[in-house]
Amino acid sequence: MKPVSSVEGRAIPFGAKNVDTDVIIPAAWLKTISREGLGKGAFETVRAQDGNIFDNPDFAGAPILIAGDNFGCGSSREHAAWALLDLGITVVIAPSFSDIFAGNAFKNGILTVALPQEQIDRLMEVSETDPVTVDLDTQTVTTPFQDRFTFEVDPFRKHCLSEGLDEVGLTLERDSAITDYETRRAANMPWLQPNTHITTERTA
Amino acid sequence: MTSRPDTSPQTLYEKIWNAHVVETRDDGTSLIFIDRHLVHEVTSPQAFEALRLAGRKVRRPDLTLAVPDHNLPTTPRIDAAGNKIPITDPESAAQLEALEANAPAFGIRYIDATAAEQGIVHVVGPEQGFSLPGTTIVCGDSHTAAHGGVGALAFGIGTSEVEHVLATQTLLLKQSKSMEIAVTGALGPGVTSKDLVLHIIGVLGTAGGTGHVIEYRGEVFEQMSVESRLTVCNMSIEAGARAGLIAPDETTFAYLKNRPMAPQGSDWDKAVEYWRSLHTDPGARFDTSVQIDAADVQPTVTWGTSPEDVVPIGGKVPAPSSFTDPSKQDAAQKSLDYMGLTPGQKMTDVEVQNIFIGSCTNSRIEDLRAAADVLRGKRKADNVKWAIVVPGSGLVKQMAEEEGLDKVFIEAGLEWREPGCSACLGMNPDKVPSGERCASTSNRNFVGRQGPGSRTHLMSPAMAAAAAVTGRLTDIREMAK
Repeated sequence: MKPVSSVEGRAIPFGAKNVDTDVIIPAAWLKTISREGLGKGAFETVRAQDGNIFDNPDFAGAPILIAGDNFGCGSSREHAAWALLDLGITVVIAPSFSDIFAGNAFKNGILTVALPQEQIDRLMEVSETDPVTVDLDTQTVTTPFQDRFTFEVDPFRKHCLSEGLDEVGLTLERDSAITDYETRRAANMPWLQPNTHITTERTA
Repeated sequence: MTSRPDTSPQTLYEKIWNAHVVETRDDGTSLIFIDRHLVHEVTSPQAFEALRLAGRKVRRPDLTLAVPDHNLPTTPRIDAAGNKIPITDPESAAQLEALEANAPAFGIRYIDATAAEQGIVHVVGPEQGFSLPGTTIVCGDSHTAAHGGVGALAFGIGTSEVEHVLATQTLLLKQSKSMEIAVTGALGPGVTSKDLVLHIIGVLGTAGGTGHVIEYRGEVFEQMSVESRLTVCNMSIEAGARAGLIAPDETTFAYLKNRPMAPQGSDWDKAVEYWRSLHTDPGARFDTSVQIDAADVQPTVTWGTSPEDVVPIGGKVPAPSSFTDPSKQDAAQKSLDYMGLTPGQKMTDVEVQNIFIGSCTNSRIEDLRAAADVLRGKRKADNVKWAIVVPGSGLVKQMAEEEGLDKVFIEAGLEWREPGCSACLGMNPDKVPSGERCASTSNRNFVGRQGPGSRTHLMSPAMAAAAAVTGRLTDIREMAK
C-alpha cells in the first residue's frame, strides 16, 4: 500500500446519498481475478446518463469524490475500492460511510473523510470551480477560500495509512499470541474443531 | 477464551466478542479470532493471489470452507452421460477454475459445483453445521450476517480482510456499538420473517444500524424457526449493521444436532452446555434500543431502489414530497423515475413480468414450501414471462423434490433450477430484462441489481408466489380467501 499524506486537486461534487457498491461497480464487473482495470465499469449506471459529472472533462483525473450520507452501503465487494483507485480517486468525503466500505477503502489507501452535511454542502459549492486539499497529517480539508474543516481518523488507521503498512504483515508478527489463543481454544472449546466427514469430492 | 473478570451483565454480542479477543492494542483495536471462514469464487481470487505473491500460507485451512455460488449458471451442470457441463461465459469459468485450483493448493475443503452439498455459502454453512452458536464467522459477502440466526457473530468482509483471515485466522477490529431491536407481540396471519425484517429496515433506514451489531429480541424470534431467523439476520446489512444476532436456544440446538460438520458425542454435550450461556444477561445495556410492535407489520413490499423504501402491500406509492428530508425527496423522485411508478399508485396495481424465488435470504426448504403452498394447483399469469425457483443448495433441492415441490412449481409454469445466487445479483445468466419488474425474494432492490435497468420489488416467498399467480403485486391474505 502506498503511504497517504496530502491530496490536492479537483473534487467531483457527486453528492448522492446511499451510494451502494452496486452503483460504484455493478456485479457484471466482478467477474475478474485481478484488482486492475475496474475504473471502466465504475459508476456505469450513472455514466449511462448524458451530462453526468463523471464524464465532465473539468473533473477528469480528479483525486477526490464528494458524496452524501452512507456512502458505500450494500455489498462487501472490495472491487468498489479498486474501481475508485483505478479512476484515480484516493479520497472520498461524505457525511458518513458504510462500515464495510470504510474498511475496504482504508485497506487500499483510500482516505474516507467524514464531515457534517453543511461542510459537505460548502465543499460541493467550492469544488464546482476550485480545487480542494485534504491533509492526513493535520486532519484537515481546506479550500482556496480560507475554509478549514477538521476530521477524525482512527489513530491506528492513520498510522497505517501514513506509513503505508501491510496489515497482514503486522498481524503475522503477533503469531505467538495467536498460537496461545488457539491452544486455549482447543482445550476449552474442543467442539469448535469441525468434523471432516463431509463428502465434498466431485460427483462427476 | 475467558470472559472478562468482572461479573457485570453482558449482552450476547459482548459475550461472543470477549471470547474471541486474542489481544487488545492500546488504541482500542482488538485482534479477534475467527472460528469459521466461508470462501466463494468472486471475492477470493485476489486474496489467494496476494498470499501467493507474499509466499504466505493459509493458517487454518481446517476452519475454512470453500464453495462456488455467485457465478454458477442455474441450468443443469451434468449432462445425460454424467459429464460436467462447462460454463460458457469465459470470465465466470475463469473465476470458478481459480477457486477449484486455489482451494486444494492451500489445503482448503472445497464443495464442488456438482456436489449435492453445493449451494449459496449462507445456506451451506448452517445446513452443514459449519456455522455454530457463539462462533465468529466471516465471508467475503455482506449477507454473512445471516449466520447470526444460529447465534453466531457473523459479518461480511472485503477481499483484503479475506486475505488477512486466510493468513492469520484473525481480524483487527474495533468493538461495534450494540443495538437491541425488541419486537413485542406476535405477527399476524400471512406475515412472515421477511415482512418483519423489511419493516424493521423501513423503521431504521438503510444507515440506521451503521456501526452497530443488532440483537433481535422478543417472543416473535423465540417462536421462529432457525430458517426464519436466518432470513431476519441476513438482511441486517440492509439497515447498515454489519451483523445481526438471535440468541441460540433449544430450537437452534435441535436444528444443528447431527448436521455433518456439527460437534458429535461428548463434544456436542459440552457445546450445548456453553451455548445455553449465550444470551444477553438481565440488566445488560445496549447503546441503542428500538421498539417494534409486531401488530404494525403487514405483508410488505419495496417500491424504490433502497431496501428502506418499504410499504405495506395495501399501501400506495409514496409522493417524494411526503419525505421531510430534502435529499430523501430527491432520492425518492429518482427512484420513482427508475422504477416507472407514479405517486398514489396502489401497490396491488403494479404488474410484474418476472418472478425470482431464491437467494441467501429466502431459498431454504421452508421458503420453497411457503411458495409451493400458494402455487399448488394454480398457474402463473400470462403477463409473467419469466419465473424461476432457485433452491439455496443441492440438499434443499433434493428435499424439495422428495416432497414434490418441484412438480408444483413446474405445473404452475415456473422453472426449477440448480442452486446458486442467481438473479439476486445477476452475475450468472439469470437477469431481469431492462425496464421490466421482478417480484423477488432477494435482499436488494438497488438500481441495476438484477440486471441493467431491472426493477426489483422485494417481498416474501409467499408474496412472490402470489404475484406469479395474479401477475401483479398481491396481498397474500387476499389469495388465501
